[in-house]
Amino acid sequence: MKWGVVTFPGSCDDRDAVHVLRHDLGHEAVALWHKDADLHGVDCVVLPGGFSYGDYLRCGAIARFSPVMRAITEFAAQGGYVLGICNGFQVLCEAGLLPGALVRNRSLRFVCRPVHLRVESVANPFTQLAVPGDVWSIPVKHGEGCYVADAHTLDQLERDGSILLRYCRSDGTRDRHGDVAAADYNPNGSLRDIAGIMNATRNVFGLMPHPEHAADRELGSCELPRCSADGLKIFQSIADWVAETRERASAGSLR
Amino acid sequence: MPVIARVVITPKRGILDPQGKAVCSSLHTLGYEEVADVRVGKFLELRLDARNGGRDVAADRVRAMCERLLANGVIEDFHFELVDGDAGTGSAGSAGSEGPPA
Repeated sequence: MKWGVVTFPGSCDDRDAVHVLRHDLGHEAVALWHKDADLHGVDCVVLPGGFSYGDYLRCGAIARFSPVMRAITEFAAQGGYVLGICNGFQVLCEAGLLPGALVRNRSLRFVCRPVHLRVESVANPFTQLAVPGDVWSIPVKHGEGCYVADAHTLDQLERDGSILLRYCRSDGTRDRHGDVAAADYNPNGSLRDIAGIMNATRNVFGLMPHPEHAADRELGSCELPRCSADGLKIFQSIADWVAETRERASAGSLR
Repeated sequence: MPVIARVVITPKRGILDPQGKAVCSSLHTLGYEEVADVRVGKFLELRLDARNGGRDVAADRVRAMCERLLANGVIEDFHFELVDGDAGTGSAGSAGSEGPPA
């Protein structure tokens, strides 16, 4: 399994992601520079958190036109796996690889705290190691994480099982007030409590919470008394999926 | 002839604008009860060299700039006007508006 982690000017979680992939998963992880037009044969690209190009104009709007994003768009069109975390999620929405957009938090405040997430769907490369209804604890840290899309798009995401993670209480419950959550378990006001979505072809996943900050006991992300490594399950899910896909392909070619 | 494009980007109707809401309530606090709604957007001024093709071409290109980069059609609307660059930036609208709301 070979991972590529992109660094845009202003990315700040790229090294954390590389650390988790190398240290906690023991995989090969290469750094991809924003000017790289070549993805070096990686199996999965991680677009990390941060403030690419200073978040100028809109979060992710400038990064979208970088050379590496042209390569990633092509990679995704061919079925390559792409994981966008926080700013990476914003970049994927701006690039049109995921529907909708991320706007200013409803509170107008930057939010930095652990949140609870309910796993909604598991038949996919990104959350396959979970059971539907599992509650994960993973931190968020963002000022523009309020997911918005028109009602038609939201309905389509629900129908396709493309909403993988929703904000919830520690016991997994949510309030339902139409599209808008009134409760404080939703840190940014995202419609329908959406924390992470994947595309229709199930190879591109974006989420606002930071799995790389909940994957390594040495880095913290502890929610006492249990030390949460829930974020690691996302990286592990992708790695297992890639390995299984490769096994199936090689078994097919032997036949 | 230099042309200046004045681009105004606003949150789409129906898209939550928490900044606008905060500004609105602040104005109410100051006693401006007549303010019914505030939408906070962006204003961009582009100085163009419009020698090739004149204003029609410039308008088409500014529209494309808005659609491709300056505005995000999922959450934002835009409109723009082109004004004579030699006239300075002070005579808003008098040089003619070329961009009806998109």
